Amino acid sequence: MTATQPQRIYVPGDSGALSVGADQVARSLEIEAQRRGLPIELVRNGSRGLYWLEPLVEVETPAGRMAYGPVRAQDVPDLFAAGFLSGAPHRLGHGPTALMPYLAGQERLTFARVGLTDPLSLDDYQAHGGFVGLRRAIGLEPAQIVQEVTDSGLRGRGGAAFPTGIKWATVRDAPLTPKYVVCNADEGDSGTFSDRMLMEGDPYCLIEGTTIAALAVGATQGYIYSRSEYPHAFRIMETAIARARAAGFLGPDLLGSGRTFELELRMGAGAYICGEETAMLESLEGRPGLVRFKPPLPAIAGLFGRPTVINNAMSLASVPIILAQGAAFYRDYGVGRSHGTLPFQLAGNIRHGGLVEKAFGLTLNEMLYDYGGGSASGRPIRAVQVGGPLGAYVPESQFDIPLDYEAYAKIGAMIGHGGIVAFDDTVDMARMARYAMEFCAHESCGKCTPCRIGSRRGVEVIDRIIAGQARAANLALLESLCDTMLNGSLCALGGMAPYPVQSALRHFPEDFKRST
Amino acid sequence: MSNSAAADPAPDHAGQVGPIIAAHRDRPGAMLPILHAIQRQLGWVPGAAVPLIADALNCSRAEVQGVLDFYHDFRRAPPGRHVLQLCRAESCQALGGLALEAHARAVLGLDYYQTSADGALTLEPVYCLGNCACSPAVRVDDEILGRVDQERFDALIAGLRGAGATA
Repeated sequence: MTATQPQRIYVPGDSGALSVGADQVARSLEIEAQRRGLPIELVRNGSRGLYWLEPLVEVETPAGRMAYGPVRAQDVPDLFAAGFLSGAPHRLGHGPTALMPYLAGQERLTFARVGLTDPLSLDDYQAHGGFVGLRRAIGLEPAQIVQEVTDSGLRGRGGAAFPTGIKWATVRDAPLTPKYVVCNADEGDSGTFSDRMLMEGDPYCLIEGTTIAALAVGATQGYIYSRSEYPHAFRIMETAIARARAAGFLGPDLLGSGRTFELELRMGAGAYICGEETAMLESLEGRPGLVRFKPPLPAIAGLFGRPTVINNAMSLASVPIILAQGAAFYRDYGVGRSHGTLPFQLAGNIRHGGLVEKAFGLTLNEMLYDYGGGSASGRPIRAVQVGGPLGAYVPESQFDIPLDYEAYAKIGAMIGHGGIVAFDDTVDMARMARYAMEFCAHESCGKCTPCRIGSRRGVEVIDRIIAGQARAANLALLESLCDTMLNGSLCALGGMAPYPVQSALRHFPEDFKRST
Repeated sequence: MSNSAAADPAPDHAGQVGPIIAAHRDRPGAMLPILHAIQRQLGWVPGAAVPLIADALNCSRAEVQGVLDFYHDFRRAPPGRHVLQLCRAESCQALGGLALEAHARAVLGLDYYQTSADGALTLEPVYCLGNCACSPAVRVDDEILGRVDQERFDALIAGLRGAGATA
């Protein structure tokens, strides 16, 4: 690299990196470079997903990008002094980023560009394979697009795992117009952050996937419904939509094809239930997020009563690569009927928390110990909640079960949106069970009784158990209550809130028998 | 609540929200965009906005109030100068979130949804900020902070109080 050419340095603009000081590091880098008279070009990339190393600074060198982290602002002068601009070793250095074991072992299809590129650069996006899928889709018949997605084996990444292609075919065949695409980026499941990372790190990928869905079903208007808890993702996504439209990737004449697709970003308002697809439609229409009865399916009568595809952000973000590389390419990843990859999110009490995109079929043991490096506290990992606040707590005896939809369903658990939250042996599982009921009570939309009342009674019953009042009778009552909620609730909130409770009871009964 | 609000005897809420409603009323499903826009500008949604929104969207006041009441985000009273949200979700709990929560409430002398006497901040719970790999997480206005221990929390509060005093 010549002296006149500014050297490129990457400092993530991802909100996780920002939350631990990435902006301060970026400022410090600029000041120190100026002081030394060294021209640098700062790129605010997405996060590579190695959060324990954030802020992770990368320097572009002839030998590839070299990683340093976690960097604090006060480390910057020392990094310059050590010659990090030429990739020199340093106590914070990790060598070439791409060779770091955490990344090298992953199968990044959906997250192929996240952390690599400048998130808002359309040139960068296209230089890394962006819009190849959309360009191909524009030349295909809608039925061919649907077939491709069906053949890929892609299933809904929000948790329900319904085959995406079948949903699309239903909307395509529905007679009413206009049709809508709604992207569910209301990532309310605690312990999950892949939607946020993608929106912040590769927003055009979500735009491309949503647009392909629109072409497949004949939709002319789309909405991305995201969360108010993600202010940073919202700003980036909003800018990306405006830029994509200005460049002809959205709007009245998609890439000169004469096809129209408009896309708008909407913000939720702190209601977890709006991640449920029919509650989301109510919210988009301007009402409280009360769950709708089904039928009719949203595919037949959805947003404003019109045929609507509602897909999770991760489902839609997986579509571009399926169209670009073909169904077989994607389908060949995974096991059984769980095809492709899932961006798993490792969090909680774990040393190396972050994003791990892998084909279905690896185990929690691999996830927790090979990637996660064990607990952050150094104590044994005792329980792992998989699949968000409605997911079961998995005990160590089940850490060797492959992460695939069917294998997890068989043990009364679910993979959901891919969140994995680890707890060490100081966790009180009776408290976690109580929290699950408390959360359900807090977030219940109130439409159906098992959820609205059941969750409140659940908190009370668990409180009595914890207090040691008529323990056996209250445990029996709790089981019965869980059964009512499971079988009588209108949607997955009340219908699955018993999962964490029952799994805690089943695998950690001793925690319900402690004297307080 | 009103005793912590800035010294503004009779703010013209109707005058303030009118143009906001006008800017969004023709969007499909305009209710949430309008409420968000009002709250972004005023920090809360004053009661005076309800009949105006109802009129603009051709619905009843009860429907507007129903939306306002349903969503946790919308405030029906003015907040402090800063809104501090503590994540209560599982990942943060797994890394000391409960202790941080107890510490915050004790240090601030506030329960959730209360505003400090000096009007500097309002404390709220939040259920996941998507920063689970940097737990525990808190949010101050539009800024997310991660790996927040008690020391970092105290420094944050001192900073907010200081900034509030000079503002």
